[in-house]
Amino acid sequence: MTFAPAAPADTHVLSAAAMAVALSDVAAGYHDRVALEDVSLDVRPGSLLAIVGPNGAGKSTLLKVIAGLVPAWSGSVSVLGAAPGSAAERIAYVPQAELVDWHFPITVSGVVMMGRYPRLGLARRPGKADREAVREALASVGMLEHADRQIGALSGGQRRRVFLARAVAADAELFLLDEPVTGVDAATQEDIMGILAANASAGRTIIATTHDLACAAQCFRRVVAINRTIVADGPAEIALDPDILARAYSGHLLVLGGNRVVLDDAHHHDESASERHFHDNGG
Amino acid sequence: MDLVLEPLGYPIFIRALVAAILVGTVCAVVGTYVVLRGLAFIGDAIGHAAFPGVVVAFMLNAPFYLGAAIAAVGTALSIGFVTRRTTLRADTTIGVLFAGTFALGIFLFSAIEGYVADLFSFLVGNILFISFSNLIGLLILGGVVLAAVAVLWKELLYSTFDPLGAAASGLPVGRLEYVLLTLVALTIVVSVQAVGIVLVVAMLVTPPAAAQLLTVRFGRLMGLAVVFGVAGAVIGLYLSYWLDVASGASIVLVVTTIFLAVLAFNPRGGLLRPRGQQQRRATAE
Ligand SMILES: Nc1ncnc2c1ncn2[C@@H]1O[C@H](COP(=O)(O)OP(=O)(O)O)[C@@H](O)[C@H]1O
Ligand SMILES: [Mg+2]
Repeated sequence: MTFAPAAPADTHVLSAAAMAVALSDVAAGYHDRVALEDVSLDVRPGSLLAIVGPNGAGKSTLLKVIAGLVPAWSGSVSVLGAAPGSAAERIAYVPQAELVDWHFPITVSGVVMMGRYPRLGLARRPGKADREAVREALASVGMLEHADRQIGALSGGQRRRVFLARAVAADAELFLLDEPVTGVDAATQEDIMGILAANASAGRTIIATTHDLACAAQCFRRVVAINRTIVADGPAEIALDPDILARAYSGHLLVLGGNRVVLDDAHHHDESASERHFHDNGG
Repeated sequence: MDLVLEPLGYPIFIRALVAAILVGTVCAVVGTYVVLRGLAFIGDAIGHAAFPGVVVAFMLNAPFYLGAAIAAVGTALSIGFVTRRTTLRADTTIGVLFAGTFALGIFLFSAIEGYVADLFSFLVGNILFISFSNLIGLLILGGVVLAAVAVLWKELLYSTFDPLGAAASGLPVGRLEYVLLTLVALTIVVSVQAVGIVLVVAMLVTPPAAAQLLTVRFGRLMGLAVVFGVAGAVIGLYLSYWLDVASGASIVLVVTTIFLAVLAFNPRGGLLRPRGQQQRRATAE
């Protein structure tokens, strides 16, 4: 298989303005610390794309650059045909689960209703149409019966679904999801991926980070592997290509027989130095 | 019954009662966001920072709330600015500004000739000292704060719960934070004469904290906090009147008692409920 880093095969037809996301030569970081450099990426509307890479590779930062939360130092960024941040009401961003205060006094439907706030505007209270949109969004992720529960009373997978429902209720065209399937069991992962695939088929663009390579390979249509810069970009199978993985994970990777990939990215961890990830691609 | 009705014959008490209801309401409404954002320390700092403003206003014979508002809002915005622009931890910056501004207040206070009972009452609170003209000023300020929350409640809620998601979908999260800090500062200005600079943070934090133990809904939390805040301020006012003690202390002691009672006995797993009930709640979550 051949692939060209940062030049995916399916992008030559559309101009940058028609792309859901178009990044060219982007660098970004925090204070004086570089997190991304030379990142070029084109994403068509309706894509279902996974960003993979070891911890600290810059997955979350890339998502935040697209969301307009972290400014690009250089290069050009176009999101839904506009500068990042300009098409904000058409974007839904879901943060990593660890960043959410799960004890917050809010119900499931309250969280989903937040998706309606930006379009409602100041001083306007949610009305009947908003409540209906919230119900529909909750139904679409199978969480309607939990509408009145406190958000923290749910399981991990249910919490992710509620945040997806918020994106659906917002009627967003671009979903930016940070680790939407991390730490949920296989069945839940499948459910969530089914919801994402359905939304992509409906024309929404979905970009999700994950460090679960098996999931990226099985459930996404396109995979972008990054490690500060894009090291591979192509169809989902590349997530399991040993050469590409070796580049993305720069050596902290062992490929065993029988399609079993053992990933040891301990050296990339700032936070949890002893964590190990084992991924079995089912085979 | 006379004990309750008798004081109502005095205009000074009626003014204090209006102030108590105002302070209880405004503190609970803004305090709900303070508690959910973990801004208690900032609230305390802004309260202390109001003191030099009060002293300067006294020296210039201006209404205290003007001086307090300038000092408190200035400090609130500086805290917001400095914590964004430096790599210092927020609590460090706040600690520096907190002590520095309060020291300035004490410095000016002690430079004034003689004993200034009026100013001392701002430190510990004396709700019965509130003049008619000050009360009008405080009602206007409090009204502005409540109106701002009425307009921005859902944007403040979203950016409190999920600042990244809110910012990505277009809410001006940074500006909302400055707005909230300003509202905290104005709330403190409304409250310092009733509860005192040293204790004002309790009115912001304690009623919503008690309410948070009782409900998982944001709207109900704010409503309950208002009930606790107003009850605490009114009962505290009566205690202050009957026992002739500083109103700040009596009001804060009442809201603290409410908090402790809720903590001990609340139906959602109070500390003094039988263990079986607590465990059932734990497994339900
Ligand atoms: N808020 C921040 N301030 C400073 N450095 C950060 C911040 N967030 C991330 N970084 C750094 O940027 C790099 C990329 O981080 P991130 O995008 O979170 O990686 P990933 O999501 O792939 O684990 C890491 O080196 C990380 O330590
Ligand atoms: Mg990340």
